[in-house]
Amino acid sequence: MAMNLQTVMFYLLSVLTIFAALRVITSRNPVHAALYLVLVFFSTAGIWMLLEAEFLALTLVLVYVGAVMVLFLFVVMMLDINLERLRVGFWKWFPFAAVLAVILLAEMVLVLGSSKTAGTNVNVAKHAANYSNTKELGRLIYTDYIYAFELAAVLLLVAIVAAIALTLRQRTGTKHQVQAEQVLVKRNDRVRLVSVKSVPGTENK
Amino acid sequence: MLNTSLSHFLVLGALLFAVSIVGIFLNRKNLIVLLMAIELMLLAVNTNFIAFSHYMNDVSGQIFVFFILTVAAAESAIGLAILIVLFRNLRTINVDDLGSLKG
Repeated sequence: MAMNLQTVMFYLLSVLTIFAALRVITSRNPVHAALYLVLVFFSTAGIWMLLEAEFLALTLVLVYVGAVMVLFLFVVMMLDINLERLRVGFWKWFPFAAVLAVILLAEMVLVLGSSKTAGTNVNVAKHAANYSNTKELGRLIYTDYIYAFELAAVLLLVAIVAAIALTLRQRTGTKHQVQAEQVLVKRNDRVRLVSVKSVPGTENK
Repeated sequence: MLNTSLSHFLVLGALLFAVSIVGIFLNRKNLIVLLMAIELMLLAVNTNFIAFSHYMNDVSGQIFVFFILTVAAAESAIGLAILIVLFRNLRTINVDDLGSLKG
């Protein structure tokens, strides 16, 4: 019963992932749920490393842990949520959900776990030592998938505009500059020349 | 069992997906944890994509994960923005309180 290092790592990371995922969905406090989700992302990044998807594993950590989860934590901490009301009837639908999940899982395991699934018995080709996953991904993105890549960029722009437009609010009663009015000011609005008659005898000599 | 094969990773993905389905049922009142469960689901799908990509020697699968990550990031950003607007207007994120469009 000698398992190689890769298998040991796989089981370790899998157990960690599933445990953290269970804690995400059952945590009482949404802040804890968000932190356990970070753990899920980290251990899944490890699993992706085992599958030699180094670039995506690092992207997952950088983009998800670094950006998306920070956003989640910001929102969770900013909102004042009544946790007790949200927990009412928490386990009410659990039996139904558990049966559904077990059926779904059994189906997927029967299909995907069988030795007849395509790719199961493939011997994975060993890459050369100088093989770069990032380089290969970059080559594909900038050739075959260039239009999809540009669409993804547009999508991110749309997401920025939408997120800002949704949360922007015009407050009333605050003192702020109105640049348009400042630019449109005419000389006569600000300066008035008055000709004052001088009294004789007071001029400078 | 001694060496990892494609099935190992696919079953892990299936497990993660099942956990997040249960999560959606349990947290049906809490919009934030609902969004987190959706993130978990997308992660399970991505793991499947990467496993197939590795065992079929085709990097194209990883490109799809790249795009799914992009779309998921955009989705959660907009979802959280909607959540904030909702909280500003109603002072709640409880799904039960959001029935104002109900006839």
